[in-house]
Amino acid sequence: MRRYTLPAIVLHWLIAIGIIGTFTLGLVMTDIQGITMAKLRYTNWHKWAGVTVLALAALRLLWRLFNHPPQYADQMPAWQRGAAHGLHILLYVLMFAVPLSGYFFSLAAGFPVVYFGEIPLPVLMGPDPELRALLRGVHYWLNMLLAGLVALHVLAAFKHLLVDRDGVMQRMLPIPTPKENP
Amino acid sequence: MKPFKALLLATVIGASALAAAVPLKTDTAKSSVSAVFKQMNVPVEAPFRTFSASIDYDAAKPAASKASVEITTASFDIGDPMYNKEVAKKEWFNSAQFPKASFVSTSIAPAGAGKLNVSGKLTMKGRTADVTFPLTVKAEGGKQVFEGQLPIKRLAFNIGEGEWKDTSMVADEVVIKFRVTAAP
Repeated sequence: MRRYTLPAIVLHWLIAIGIIGTFTLGLVMTDIQGITMAKLRYTNWHKWAGVTVLALAALRLLWRLFNHPPQYADQMPAWQRGAAHGLHILLYVLMFAVPLSGYFFSLAAGFPVVYFGEIPLPVLMGPDPELRALLRGVHYWLNMLLAGLVALHVLAAFKHLLVDRDGVMQRMLPIPTPKENP
Repeated sequence: MKPFKALLLATVIGASALAAAVPLKTDTAKSSVSAVFKQMNVPVEAPFRTFSASIDYDAAKPAASKASVEITTASFDIGDPMYNKEVAKKEWFNSAQFPKASFVSTSIAPAGAGKLNVSGKLTMKGRTADVTFPLTVKAEGGKQVFEGQLPIKRLAFNIGEGEWKDTSMVADEVVIKFRVTAAP
């Protein structure tokens, strides 16, 4: 079975690591009460990581627009193809919506983002207490939705690997398995 | 008629003498005091919600001007009630022991059209320092608008104790920005 192109595979795994790391950091930092050095540090790291995921997602979308993904396994029923395609679209939407909601949440709170503490990113709006409260909820729930969909995505991949044994997951693995590419 | 005229004149002189002695009336709704601090190089501006300013300014005699500002430290608003509570704690403003920060001018010197050089004493968290900063004055709709920025070092006032003395996280330099609108 044909594999994804190398750039698509690299971007997929970089974004996977980015999403899991940024999400975890988000949970850890919001759990810290009051204002501590660690909280400020984690919050800034979280923002830099989120911006990085956004940039990688943009590259990935561009690549995806000009490179068709490899075929699904022939025996995959139509509903599964439809479900997989729908889930992938949602994941793409969230790869943008989650970091953007966080970015604007930060701006609404009056904290611009300075990438790696060096590059000031555009301040597209000023502090806004009402939007801040709204975006806080939006950012949180989009993340919960993303976490749920990522879990579904991972479960489906392992179903293809362990139950269907149809080579669908191998299309995206970082290293080609000898069986697939003899 | 003559005694009446004399009386009128006396009233006018008396009133103007009185006016010179009474400071301008601050329009709180059109005035603001805020602080810009940097955390991990991110500039954040947050206002002090409660303050009072008293400015005695006569454009004809700028050197005779006087200004004083009093700020309620616990009114610093960084947009989140939990954070605001933190900033009022002992490590930062210690608002329980030092509820007010104040500035009192010692000299105001004209420095060109619409500009003044202000010197005075800034007191925060029980420490007083001499500060000098430029101030601009302009008339806006019958009112005087005073604007300026005063860069300070937060550690000189012991703001940020313990681990916060480390300026790599929150920079030592903080800029106090203010705009006071006042009318006779």
